[in-house]
Formats: sequence, C-alpha cells, structure tokens
Amino acid sequence: MLGHVKNVFSFINAPVDFEEVKLSHSTTDAEFDNAIAAVKRNHVALKGNVDTMFDEPGFKMRNLALRTELDLFANVVWVKSFAGVQTRHRDLDIVVIRENTEGEYRQLEHEVYLQTVGGLVESLKIITEKNSTRIARYAFDFAKRNGRKKITAVHKANIMKLSDGLFLECCHKVSEEYPDIEFEGMIVDNCSMQLVSRPHQFDVMVLPNLYGNIITSIGAGLIGGAGLVSGVNLGEKYAVFETGTRTTGHELVGKNVANPTALLLASSDMLRYLGLVPHADVIKNAVRRVIDDEKLSTPDLGGNASTTDFMEKLMSNLDVRQTFSTA
Amino acid sequence: MFLVRIPSTSGCVVAQVRTVTLIPGDGIGPEISAAVQQIFAAANVPIAWDPVDVTPVKGPDGAFHIPQKAVDSVNTHGVGLKGPLATPIGKGHKSLNLALRKEFNLYANVRPAKSIEGYKTLYDGVDIVTIRENTEGEYSGIEHSIVDGVVQSIKLITEKASRRVAQYAFDYTKANGRRRITAVHKANIMRMSDGLFLRCCREAAQQNPDVQFDEMYLDTVCLKMVQDPNQFDVLVMPNLYGDILSDLCAGLIGGLGLTPSGNIGESGALFESVHGSAPDIAGQDKANPTALLLSGVMMLRHMDLHSYADKIQTGCFQTIKEGKVRIWRSFLLVDCPCFTLTISEVQWLTD
Ligand SMILES: Nc1ncnc2c1ncn2[C@@H]1O[C@H](COP(=O)(O)OP(=O)(O)OP(=O)(O)O)[C@@H](O)[C@H]1O
Ligand SMILES: Nc1ncnc2c1ncn2[C@@H]1O[C@H](COP(=O)(O)OP(=O)(O)OP(=O)(O)O)[C@@H](O)[C@H]1O
Ligand SMILES: [Mg+2]
Ligand SMILES: [Mg+2]
Repeated sequence: MLGHVKNVFSFINAPVDFEEVKLSHSTTDAEFDNAIAAVKRNHVALKGNVDTMFDEPGFKMRNLALRTELDLFANVVWVKSFAGVQTRHRDLDIVVIRENTEGEYRQLEHEVYLQTVGGLVESLKIITEKNSTRIARYAFDFAKRNGRKKITAVHKANIMKLSDGLFLECCHKVSEEYPDIEFEGMIVDNCSMQLVSRPHQFDVMVLPNLYGNIITSIGAGLIGGAGLVSGVNLGEKYAVFETGTRTTGHELVGKNVANPTALLLASSDMLRYLGLVPHADVIKNAVRRVIDDEKLSTPDLGGNASTTDFMEKLMSNLDVRQTFSTA
Repeated sequence: MFLVRIPSTSGCVVAQVRTVTLIPGDGIGPEISAAVQQIFAAANVPIAWDPVDVTPVKGPDGAFHIPQKAVDSVNTHGVGLKGPLATPIGKGHKSLNLALRKEFNLYANVRPAKSIEGYKTLYDGVDIVTIRENTEGEYSGIEHSIVDGVVQSIKLITEKASRRVAQYAFDYTKANGRRRITAVHKANIMRMSDGLFLRCCREAAQQNPDVQFDEMYLDTVCLKMVQDPNQFDVLVMPNLYGDILSDLCAGLIGGLGLTPSGNIGESGALFESVHGSAPDIAGQDKANPTALLLSGVMMLRHMDLHSYADKIQTGCFQTIKEGKVRIWRSFLLVDCPCFTLTISEVQWLTD
C-alpha cells in the first residue's frame, strides 16, 4: 500500500524522501528503537498499522509503544462524508480528537487469585489532569483555528466519577477560556446512540482514549468504512500519519481489493502538515474526484473496482499543474 | 394461589396464577406501569402483581437502603417488572438502579433491539440482542486519586462473572432460537482483563458447539454495526462495552422508548424500561409505554408464558404498524392521549 503512495509522490514531484523502516508484531527491540529514532530524526512519519497478535505470548504492542514513546498525545480523525459514497447519513463533518497516551491504554494489569472468586484481573485506567488539559486545549485551539463552533466532551463521569470526572472538569475549565466556542458534555452511551440517529448535531468531539476509539469507529462506519478515513497522531514534536481507524484490513492483504483512500488521504494530510499545501491538495482533490465524480468504488463501498483500478484512475486525476502554479 | 380460566383458540386452559413484583418507578413510571397492567389484564395473562415502592429508607445504621418489603417481594417471586427510577443528581446519591442490580446480583443485562415496522429509521430489519456483564468491569466503583492530578480507576474482570455471563449468553441464544454469538472485546489492548473475559467465552463456546461463535474487537463491531447491523445476532461483552453498544443498537431502531431490557440474576430476574423518568411529561398521559410493555413481554418469555408474550407483542407491533399511535423520536406520542386504550381496543387481544 505504501508503494502506491510513493508512486503518487514521485508523480507529483512532492519534495519528500521516505526513509523506510520495518515495523511489525515480530519486530525486534533493536528494530523498534531504530524506528523510533527515525521518526525522531525526521519528525514526521507515514505509517501502516501493525497487526496486534494479542493471543501470542510475548508479543509487544508496537502501535501503542510508538505513540507513547513519541508522546503523540492527540489522535485526530476527520469524519467527512463523500458525496459519491452512498450512506444513510449525508454531509457529515465531524472532527474526533482523542487522548492518545493514557486512560485504558496504559497496560497496567495484573492477575490475582482470590479464594472466594477465583481468577481476577485488575486493569487500571489512568487519567491525569495534565494530559486531559492538554488534549482539551488542543481541541479548543483546533476549533478556533478552523472556525468550528462547538465541542462535545464525551465521558462516563456518572459512573467513573473521579477519572472521567477529572477529564470532564479539565475540558470544562479550558472551555472557559474560549467563550466563542460552545461546549457540552455527553455521556458515551448516549453519544453513540446520538451518533447513529442524529449525527449532525456534532462538530468537534474530544474524548479519553477508549471512547475515542469507539466514536472514531462509529464515525468511520457512518461515512462508509475504514477504507475512507485518515488520521494523525500528534505530539509537541512529532507527527505520525496513518489511517483513521488504525485497522489493518489484514483479511484483504494480497487480494488487490483494499481501498487506498484512507492512506492516500493520510499522505495528503502529511504533505499539508509539512507545508506542501499544493501537493496535499492535488492528492486530496484527485481522491475526491475518483470517488465523488467518477464514482469508482472498491468492494468495501459495494463496488468491484480493484486497488489497481483505483490507483490508475487516481493517477489520471492528479492535476500536477496545481503544484507548479502555486508552489 | 388461585386458578382462572383463560379463553384461548384451543378451548379452555387452566393456568396457575403467578405473582410478580411491580416497581412502578418515578415520573412517568406509574402511568406506563398502569398501561402495562391494563394490557396484561386485557390479554388475560395469568399474573398477579405485587406493587412495591423502592424509595430508599434510612436504616438503623443511618445509611439509605431499598425497603425490606421490596427486597422480600423480589426474593419471594423471583421475577419483577420495573419502571424508570430517577437518580437525584448530586454527591452521595448512589444510583438506585445500581443498588437493585447489586441487591439481586443481576449479572446479565439483556437488551434486544428489533426494528419496529411503522416506526421508520435509517436502518431496516435490525434484530440484535446485546448481553452485557452487569456486575463488574469498569463499574467496580474503585477509584483513587494517586497523587494530585492523577486518578486511577480500576476495572475488575473475574473468571466467575465472565463464565456466568458467557454461559447465560449461550443459554439465551438456544432458548430463543438464535444462531450466533459474537464476543466483543478489546483484548488487543487490555490483554489480561479482556483476555480473561474472552477466554471464558471461548470455553463456553466449546461446551456449546451447536451455537456459532466468533469474536471481534469493540471498534470493529462499532464500525460494522453502523454499516450493516444485520450481520450481527447475539453479542456478549463486558459491562462498559455493553452499555455503549446496547444504546447504539437502540439508536439504530429509534431510541430507548422502544427497547426492552431484562436483568438476569442468580435468584431472580428484573425486567425494565431503560429510558428515564421524564418528569417533564409525567402525569400528562403522553408517555410511551412501549419499552416497558416489551420488557413485560420479555418477562413472560422468561416465565415460559410464550403464548401470552406472542399475543401482546403482536398487538403492540400491530398497533404501531397501523399508525394507531404516532411516535416521535421514540418517545412522545403526538396527538395520542392514551396508547393503552388504543392497544386494548384492538381485536386480537380478546379473540
Ligand atoms: N483499506 C481498506 N479498504 C477496505 N476496507 C478496509 C480497509 N481497511 C480496513 N477495512 C475494513 O474495516 C474492517 C476492520 O478492519 P480489520 O478487520 O482489519 O480490523 P482489525 O483491527 O484488524 O480487527 P479484526 O482483527 O477484528 O479483523 C474490516 O471489515 C476491513 O475489511
Ligand atoms: N416513555 C417515554 N415516553 C415519552 N417521552 C419520554 C419517555 N421517556 C423519556 N421521554 C422524554 O425524553 C426526555 C429525556 O428523559 P429522561 O427521563 O430519559 O432523561 P434523563 O436525564 O435520563 O432522566 P433520569 O434522571 O430520570 O434518568 C424527557 O424530556 C421526556 O420528554
Ligand atoms: Mg447506558
Ligand atoms: Mg436516564
């Protein structure tokens, strides 16, 4: 899949060189350190997802480790409908901003054996004021920068009074500094119900880690699936671009049926982040044209176009002149 | 104990009247409970109600408890139907719903979501049952502030509770003629806790080879659910995921005003509507009793009173399908003062 991105980049003369590093569930620690060092060197990365073989003992969580090592505290996924994709809800435009380093993803678990209940596992969820405030501030700044009107903080503070309570309180505090942006809290179960029944009420959403995973997936589903949304993991220093739902689509590998849209949009997001706005637009516009105007659809969208068909159409829609006229 | 004669197509059947606890609840609770009682009476359901109040009373220890009479009632009858209870917002108040779950050790929460003909949503033909572990997980209530600005919240998963709910999922699936169970988890992240839950589901699957079994990540389920809910049948999962997915499924078919639920315990079962107490419309004869009525239907099935369950369910769906009531956002019945009358007037109930 990344090979396609490279072809596109060279076709549009994007001034970007890739330093390729391997990362998989069988990556050794040395290879992993090397990957981290490469991102630190280059500051920016485009990444496929690494399969999580959770059933294998000794397997290491490479996706997770990368995010924490690089302190990529924000995961941003833009759920935006495609005119050319038939979905139940039309014209969605929701930005999901997710805390990316703590919460349920801290891997603090231990097993205890109690005479009375037998096997028991405790799993700790950690919420800190620092990270909650940081993600809240990022969300409000994002909203302000992009002319967004409303932020919904999603939580379960009625049950997890201290942890989610802290998250909500931090969002609330930050919201006071942004009087022009409307702020509301919403309980996560209700939120998922609202998303499938009345999704247009949402603008920007800010969430703790696990709820972010859930809401991002619902959002992706609403606009047509995992093959269509890009996402970015941002820290203060580094940015790692990848597909929005961070799924591997492993059952699609080698079948030439995967939808390359998500990854292409991620590469476009990356170019924009690097200041190569015209190049970013060339890719984004071409992708939109292939889907919305040419109505090309891969099997995930109900069609039978192959990945190769898609890439051919995409190449012919890349309007390279744009990069010269504005660059 | 007394006997009544129930008219039926196949002549006269003598049924034993069984008593069930009724917790009418707050706000619109009493009116929708009355509606359900009226409909049950019209359908000659061989049930007597034992209405109890669960407003907490101050015990000798100074703490508030569910009244003993209510506890005894459920323990005696083993089955109850419950309307919505208001949870006062503010510190110190524990959710009464939670207290009931604890008191009766209601370990499995079952919520079917089935598309209702005549109430159109963007999703058609949805027919999913979520089964949620209801006693532990993220709802353990164990939270601490470790140092200033750092809070930890403990999710507890036990082998015992996981086994129990997994086994119930298989029992339910078989008893209700369903085919497939999907275990929903996040064991790629929470390897030990969700891993344990998943392992218990796999074990139950091995013991029940007649039921199809698969497992899926929570996020993958969310993704696929909104794209094509018809690919799912019965889902079993830990507490929080169940909370979220059951609401999501309710959203697909129109909302909490239309979805029933059942709480299964070791010594009793409590069926309830999961919507709120709607104090804003209480006493105005505007409340939609569908969720509570269908919960009553679930209760009848749990008690093996299937013919009555079928009768009432058909009547309820028929009434909605024929447009005899109008439902707005699954709640308000616009221009329709009383659902109950409409429903009991329908011929099928007295045939
Ligand atoms: N690029 C893509 N094009 C089309 N469909 C995709 C793409 N990426 C993911 N999907 C679809 O999204 C869904 C979830 O992806 P996938 O199954 O890989 O997730 P996962 O995280 O590996 O979870 P699991 O192991 O449970 O399958 C699948 O139905 C998959 O086909
Ligand atoms: N069965 C029903 N019939 C009609 N309207 C309803 C019903 N249940 C809820 N509503 C409406 O939905 C709105 C939300 O009410 P609900 O009581 O669920 O809120 P809540 O904040 O969850 O309350 P609670 O604290 O009692 O759980 C109410 O304003 C009410 O108008
Ligand atoms: Mg809920
Ligand atoms: Mg409520």
